[in-house]
Order: sequence, then structure tokens, then C-alpha cells
Amino acid sequence: MRYHTPATFEDASAIAVAASGVTRFLAGGTDVLVQMRADIVTPDDLIDIKHIPGVKDIVQEDDMCWSIGAAVAGAELTAHEGLCADWPGVIEGMGLVGSTQVQGRATLIGNLCNGSPAADSVPALAAAGAEVSVVGPKGTRQVKVADIPAGPGRTTLAKGEVISGIYLPPRGKGGGDAYLRFIPRTEMDIAVVGCAVNLRVEGDKITEACVVLGAVAPTIVVVEDAAKALIGSTLDAKALDALAAAASAACRPINDKRGTIAFRTDVAGVLARRAAKIAYDRARGAK
Amino acid sequence: MTQIHVTTTVNGDEVEFLADPRETLLDCLRDKLGMTGAKEGCGTGDCGACSVTVDGRLVCSCLVLGVEAEGKKIETVEGMAEGEKLHPLQRKFIEHAALQCGICTPGILVAAKALLAQNPDPTEEEARYWLAGNLCRCTGYDKIIRAVLDAAAEMREGV
Repeated sequence: MRYHTPATFEDASAIAVAASGVTRFLAGGTDVLVQMRADIVTPDDLIDIKHIPGVKDIVQEDDMCWSIGAAVAGAELTAHEGLCADWPGVIEGMGLVGSTQVQGRATLIGNLCNGSPAADSVPALAAAGAEVSVVGPKGTRQVKVADIPAGPGRTTLAKGEVISGIYLPPRGKGGGDAYLRFIPRTEMDIAVVGCAVNLRVEGDKITEACVVLGAVAPTIVVVEDAAKALIGSTLDAKALDALAAAASAACRPINDKRGTIAFRTDVAGVLARRAAKIAYDRARGAK
Repeated sequence: MTQIHVTTTVNGDEVEFLADPRETLLDCLRDKLGMTGAKEGCGTGDCGACSVTVDGRLVCSCLVLGVEAEGKKIETVEGMAEGEKLHPLQRKFIEHAALQCGICTPGILVAAKALLAQNPDPTEEEARYWLAGNLCRCTGYDKIIRAVLDAAAEMREGV
């Protein structure tokens, strides 16, 4: 295995393009090293992106958009007050990944590129409308987070493409988001169902909403009918019932010992209600 | 296989070693530097027995490559005692009998030290969540948590 430490994402991409064997990009390594250890993936070329300037930075741009470097670890996100105030749902999703030790290394982009349908940070990123910069042989393109997952362990990234950064839009007035997951224990587990809700209010009325489910289909699911159930409402009982029904209807889960199809489908509705209430309270100023 | 020369700092001392890029930091600490405090339990980041800090951040050394340690500051359990004088956490682990087989103990000590560095007065719940990535199959955790909270209390008093 060759270990590379490129100084730019263009160089990182070029190494991957030129490679004939298996390549992996290394940021936090909490998935890549486990796969190497288990002989699931044996890279011929391992490209460590952590020597590229800016990969550890969290920056609020002039337009109030948040720019997060590709190697920023979960623990660094959780400790960032401004980011936690603007996007608490995104941060609580990432904060649920693994242990304190894993949080010291694991990254948002790693969670996204690992391609797990149960990745805890991805539903809230998608609900927030987050985008990533993809650097590849044909240049750089901006892609919505929701368009990256292609199935379990797969992404829409082409050979040689690498994600260089992630961008959360300006929070703006009256916004709130939340993420909840179900696991059979209290900590250190993988989501059986996850649900993120991001919304905006004017007064008590919801004017914008996005609802995204995790772990109930081969990829995350953006549930447009669930958003429609919320928009225009004051999160009354009727809206909550319609939200839960839409969330459950969007589920196409696997059936396994961690959660049956019926269970996951039902719990998606329950979590959607609860996450919507938290996001609604946050949007109206309760923290 | 090409070996890569790595210079890093472990417990305040500059050290050098040659690493195959596939070798983990845990392998390098144990096999090249003779520091066998960090243990390999699972090798996949689930058990925490290999916990060390890298630039002050708690990590599993089985999930870090040795070559990634270049230029970093590593702290391991070997750096906790000052000569014969045990760290308060080490003393309290003995007083509370917070270990049996001892495999998990170095990782838990390093993890608990990292907790107290950022939160000198953790609640029991905070301590349990912080240490959720450190598995112990002997003690049932209760004595570990008591030892950590007792050490925290003593360290706050500056004894």
C-alpha cells in the first residue's frame, strides 16, 4: 500500500485518477481503517487529505453560510458554539456517531462517503440543504448532500472525485432543525430509524420544511409529502398526523433482528412527530 | 514494502520509528517503541482498550495509522504517573478496586484523564457517556465510575 499526503485536492484527485488499483481517501479513518483491518478493503493507494491546508477549518462566510473542512472531527463540531446555535440538528446527528474516541476522528464527509443508509449525520445535512464541493478530473462541482448516496456502501462520486468541503446555508430568521434516531440501547449503536426535520416559521406558522429519513431504505429518503404536511400549519394535531403518515408511507426498510419492517415503518412516524416538535420549538426561539 | 520514517512526540519525548503505512499507531507504540500500555482489544474502535490522545484529542490508536503520527503529540498511560507517584486516577482505581483483569484499565485511565481535563466536575451520567466507548467485561463499570468521580473530587481540591 502506498501512502500519499497531497497538498491540494487537485493533487489528491490526480493520484486517484492515475491509480490502477483500489484507492481510498483517508480523513478520520474510522471506517477505512476498520475495513482494512477486516480485509474488506485493501487499498493499493491510500490518500491522506489531512495535509491539505484548510481541512480542519470551520468558517462562517460573509453571507453567513458555514464552510466546514473535510477533516473536521465530530468533537470539533460539537465544541463550536456558533455552529451548534445555527444547526443543532446537524450537530446532534453527528454527535450520535460512535464513542468519544470515534468523535475525536470521525468526519461529516466520511460519514457521507461511507454510504451507510443509517449514517446519523446525513439526514440532517440533507434536510438543511447542505452542499459539498466535489473535486475531480473535470474540475470542481457543487453537489447537494442528498444527491451523494447511491445505495448501501455506494455514492454517486466518479473515479478520482473527492469531496473537499461541506457547506451549510445561512440559517436566517425563524429556522430550526432536529435529528432523532431509534436504537435499542442508549449509546454506541447504529440507527434502526433516523429522522431529521428542518423548518422555518413566521410567527407560529411553518413556511418552509424538509423531512429526511435514514435507515429505512437503501439511501436516505427526502419525504416531500411530509414537508407538505408541515408547511402552512402551526404544527397542530392534524399536521402531525399527516406528517407521521407521510413519513411511514415513505419507508422501504429491510427486515432484520434489529427492527422489522412494521416496526421501522411505525417508528419513522413517531420520530418525525417528535423531531418536528423539537425543530418547531427551536425555530420559535426556544433552545 | 516501503517503510516511512516517522518523528513524533510520546509523553513529552521525541521518538522516531520506521512504519509500514498499513501499521496502526497502536502497533507502532507496542512493537516499535515498546510501550505496551495501550492494549488491542477489538482492533476496530469499539472497545477503547487502545485509547491514547493525539494533540490532546482522545482517539483509539487502532484507528490511527502510525504514519499519521508524524509531528503530533501522543499521550499514553505510560505518561500518567510521575516516576513512582501515581496519577490520582491510578490511585483511586486501586483504592476502589476498579479493575480485575486490567486489559481495559490503561484505556479507561487515558479516557478518564481526557474527560477531567475538559470537565473537572462531571456528573455520573456525563462520566458514563464519556466512557461508553471503553468496554470492561469484569467490573460491571460501577467501581470504575466511582473511582473516576472520586479522583475528580480529589483533583478539584488540589490535594
